[in-house]
Amino acid sequence: MWLADIGLLFRRVRTRVLLLVLAAVPIAVAVAVRLSGEGPSPGSGPRFFDQITNNGVFAALVGLTVTLPFFLPLAVAIVAGDAVAGEANLGTMRYLLSRPVGRTRLLVIKATTVTIFCFVATFAVAIAGLIAGAILFPIGDVTTLSGDTLSLAAGTLRIGLAAVLVALSLLGLAAIGMFISTLTDAPVGAMAGTVGVAVISGVLNAVPALSWLHPFLLTHYWLSFGDVLRSPVYWNQILLNLLVQAVTVAVFATAAWSRFTSKDVLA
Amino acid sequence: MSEDLAIETTGLTKRLGHTAVVDKVDLAVPRGSVYGFLGPNGSGKTTTIRMLLGLIWPTAGSFRLLGETMPAASSRVLPQVGALVEGPAFYPWLTGRQNLRRIDAAGPDGQRKTRAARIDAALTKVGLGAAATKRYRAYSLGMKQRLGLAAALLRPRSLLVLDEPTNGMDPQGTREIRNLVRELASEGSTVFLSTHLLSEVEQLCTHLGIISVGKVVAQGSIEDLRGRGDAMLRVETEDAGDAAQVLDRLGLESIVVAGEVVSAQLDGQRPEECNRALVMAGVGVRSLTTDRRSLEDAFVALTGEGFDVAG
Repeated sequence: MWLADIGLLFRRVRTRVLLLVLAAVPIAVAVAVRLSGEGPSPGSGPRFFDQITNNGVFAALVGLTVTLPFFLPLAVAIVAGDAVAGEANLGTMRYLLSRPVGRTRLLVIKATTVTIFCFVATFAVAIAGLIAGAILFPIGDVTTLSGDTLSLAAGTLRIGLAAVLVALSLLGLAAIGMFISTLTDAPVGAMAGTVGVAVISGVLNAVPALSWLHPFLLTHYWLSFGDVLRSPVYWNQILLNLLVQAVTVAVFATAAWSRFTSKDVLA
Repeated sequence: MSEDLAIETTGLTKRLGHTAVVDKVDLAVPRGSVYGFLGPNGSGKTTTIRMLLGLIWPTAGSFRLLGETMPAASSRVLPQVGALVEGPAFYPWLTGRQNLRRIDAAGPDGQRKTRAARIDAALTKVGLGAAATKRYRAYSLGMKQRLGLAAALLRPRSLLVLDEPTNGMDPQGTREIRNLVRELASEGSTVFLSTHLLSEVEQLCTHLGIISVGKVVAQGSIEDLRGRGDAMLRVETEDAGDAAQVLDRLGLESIVVAGEVVSAQLDGQRPEECNRALVMAGVGVRSLTTDRRSLEDAFVALTGEGFDVAG
């Protein structure tokens, strides 16, 4: 059932398109930079952007930086919002439950699939960026934000760590998405609601007057993954981000469970 | 608390808001029966089935499936129950076979070793062998219905709950499904068949429960229920007048002569006795039928407005 559920997700055309679009972002960035001839001037563009021409591996980090505010949350919202409501909408939920699959078990299986998707989506971006960067630009030792140099292997490992942190950053949103998904039989509603949560969090985070609220926002520490490119790694914000995500997951996973195990399945 | 009942509900009630969609329903479905659960649209059939399968929680009352108290025994009992509820539902982007594989893998007893063989057998049984590798998206309504039945037949079942199984089928498919239900019943499965088609009940069922506006208004074996309505005898003969006299002497009532057709209420008389009497009296009987409409009459009488959706 675990494997079957994962297969179900990745056999779906929609999922594959999402992953392709995500992978296309860092590729498009790398190609655009290559075609423009000279590299971007230092300090311009998104973080790590000016580094691409020196070292292709930075295309992976640019990809993560560019997709994290919108594309990745969108993809996660689609998959998480669909997790429960999608089965209800198709009517397959009634056959799974009468099979019987325990409701708690079904929810855990769905959560596992969504978590795996968060990682696959993030790594699709990172790996596509690495490959595109390696093909289009020279690669070599990685200069950290602090100015030290890491060997290419160590640098790539750091980028892998950054991708893991990005994937973990998405879990809070995924949990919210799954909770909303248990509230409705309309997957589109659950997806929209989840995207809405991400957008609102982003907007609130941009209002300086609400700075007291910022540390509690789901998306506030999202870009902290870049701190793995410091030496030594600056863990403070990264750990705060993981804490925010962990609390969010705990709250909304519990809410989703209590809702789903008591609800009447009428679809 | 009877062991020979496949489904037994006691005061089963489901309220949505203020209305009782299912109201104190006491079902008794004997093991081995083909039980027709008959009612107009919106009478609470599907809601009852949803409760039996643990999809929704009863507001009040209790029920037992295959002799075990539910929903406590769900994980033991439900694997023995095959269900087709409110139409088939599958993933449009998977093929028929992939869909069956998923639903089989989802439960506790879908043994992997035998899965492929069981899926093939089920597909053949419902006549979908040729369309197994087609995506569900491309299936016609009848094919979808067949796949739903195939899913219900993936494993040997003690009880099959079929909610309007011939919905959307062409006449050929309807016949096949009916034969399939007969076959399953002869193999010993109890079949709980919800329908609003009286013809389906007449052709298939040994027992019948009639539900109307959430309440069971009649339940029992088909013969019992038929007996309750007054069966009609219909004789076609050239000697209509003589026939009417003979029937009158036998004690039949409401005798009506219309041209060459004499009809009368049997009123407890056996049709074969009537026939013998007619022939002995020299009446040339061209045809003699007992009017099967009595079941329909009983149904309409019990549910009131016939097939209108209950408000």
